[in-house]
Amino acid sequence: MAEREQVRKSSSNREDVVEEEAAPSTERSEQLKAELDDILDEIDEVLEDNAEEFVRNYVQKGGQ
Amino acid sequence: MSIPKVLGIETEYGIVVAGAPDANPITTSSMLINAYISALSERVEWDFVDESPGVDARGFSLEGGSGIELDTHLVNAVLTNGARLYVDHAHPEYSSPECISPSQALLYDKAGEEIVIRAMMNAKRLLPKGQEIVAYKNNSDRKGNSYGCHENYLVDRSIPFQKVVAELVPFFVTRQVIIGAGKVGSEFPGKSASKVLFQLSQRADFFEEEVGLETTLKRPIINTRDEPHSDGQRFRRLHVILGDANLSETSTWLKLGLTAIVLAMIEDGFLEDLKIELADPVSSLREISWDPSLTQTVLLRDGRRLTALEIQQAYLEHAIEHAEHYGMSYLGNDFDGPALLAEWERILGALEDDSMRLADTLDWVAKWQVVQGYQQRHGADSQDPRLAAIDLQYHDMRPQKSLFRRLPMRRRLEDMTITTAVTNPPPDTRAYFRGTCLARFPGSIAAANWDSIIFDLGTDPLRRVPMMDPLRGTEGHVGELLRRVKSAAELVEALGS
Repeated sequence: MAEREQVRKSSSNREDVVEEEAAPSTERSEQLKAELDDILDEIDEVLEDNAEEFVRNYVQKGGQ
Repeated sequence: MSIPKVLGIETEYGIVVAGAPDANPITTSSMLINAYISALSERVEWDFVDESPGVDARGFSLEGGSGIELDTHLVNAVLTNGARLYVDHAHPEYSSPECISPSQALLYDKAGEEIVIRAMMNAKRLLPKGQEIVAYKNNSDRKGNSYGCHENYLVDRSIPFQKVVAELVPFFVTRQVIIGAGKVGSEFPGKSASKVLFQLSQRADFFEEEVGLETTLKRPIINTRDEPHSDGQRFRRLHVILGDANLSETSTWLKLGLTAIVLAMIEDGFLEDLKIELADPVSSLREISWDPSLTQTVLLRDGRRLTALEIQQAYLEHAIEHAEHYGMSYLGNDFDGPALLAEWERILGALEDDSMRLADTLDWVAKWQVVQGYQQRHGADSQDPRLAAIDLQYHDMRPQKSLFRRLPMRRRLEDMTITTAVTNPPPDTRAYFRGTCLARFPGSIAAANWDSIIFDLGTDPLRRVPMMDPLRGTEGHVGELLRRVKSAAELVEALGS
């Protein structure tokens, strides 16, 4: 988490970026992609160990 | 003028016992809810007297055909924030209190998540080591079983239901481009995951009719359950079963807000010149869901083909004009209306341009970006169970396991506000009266439901206090009285009931 916050801070300190809201669309998209690498690292850590069994056992009956 | 759009969300959570995959879901749901309410000091039962889920808004009644079981032995409680927490079918369900605005309804939906998190923590202490109850805020088990996240909106009874249906269906079929929760693969018979790697909606695979009363089979885009829970001469409660359960605060807020705006336009006769009628709403719902590139067009009755974004744009343009003519006070505050219109416009523009720009805003885009990123990093093919696992775990309610919580999503709420809403009712609807009575006089309340409270004063017969108007019983009406009275008997006497 801390690393991702740093990524955000450093990009908002750059001179050509005024505000996150005002950032050009392509830049916002690039920024989100850069953050994605950190997120994928975290997901690798937290994703259920046995994905196949987890998905197979997830059964829900009797819903609206 | 449109009537105030009192609204709320009811969510059925998916449930499993980690470490005991064969656990009975009804027992598990009961245990989860009991784990929450037994930790509270008092508990008040739900009263079913005014419920009639078999009554149809089209004007006829079904006898015993609704598929709804009002099973009073299941766990069922009212909370001090005005919500209802109970076991419905085989799921734990949280129904938010009646709210005055989309942002307030978002707050109470999120309070429901917090309640479920606390319930899971309490239940874990009761289970053998290595087992825990895990709730998922999603709508599908990826094996063809779906469960709902239903929205409710107060609608003017004088508007013919057929008009509501006609003008609402194109909006409902296309709103998933904004508020879908995303799903890896498809559960539609004959549509294999190799054809649909990812789709916008959790629910679109499960809808078979345009209009109808059912909720568990042959699900309709517009549900006709006519159970106003209020004065049925003046009000209708539109019960919307189409939507996905959202985790993104923006998605939930937009789902409620945009739908409320469209309903207000219908009440004001403002969509009569929209001229958008889908040739086949049910097929269109799926075709749009199955195309995350958002370029799929759907056929209109007049022969034109439009994309979902073009149809949404038409509703947005009407909404901007409607706001100029009528204002947006029906949304319950000054800020939701302008903010919703601005966000609707921003999002349609971004979806048209590059939807990935909204990976920090919308559920389906956030999930899709993770799925694509994971696929690229690990070379996973479309059948890889790890992609399905990501789909499910996005919705895991355990903070330490939730994938959603790992994403840098934009927030609309502060955590402190959510914590307050776990125990305190919204001040602007009758939920204030329900929740506050429950907090102050739990020992004197025999039962409660949406439109009444039954007091047990110990001496008299039980006393029912009706609450037929969702906009009465607010803090403004009864706050001073509720703070002043010393007992439930004094309260009932002061109310003159």
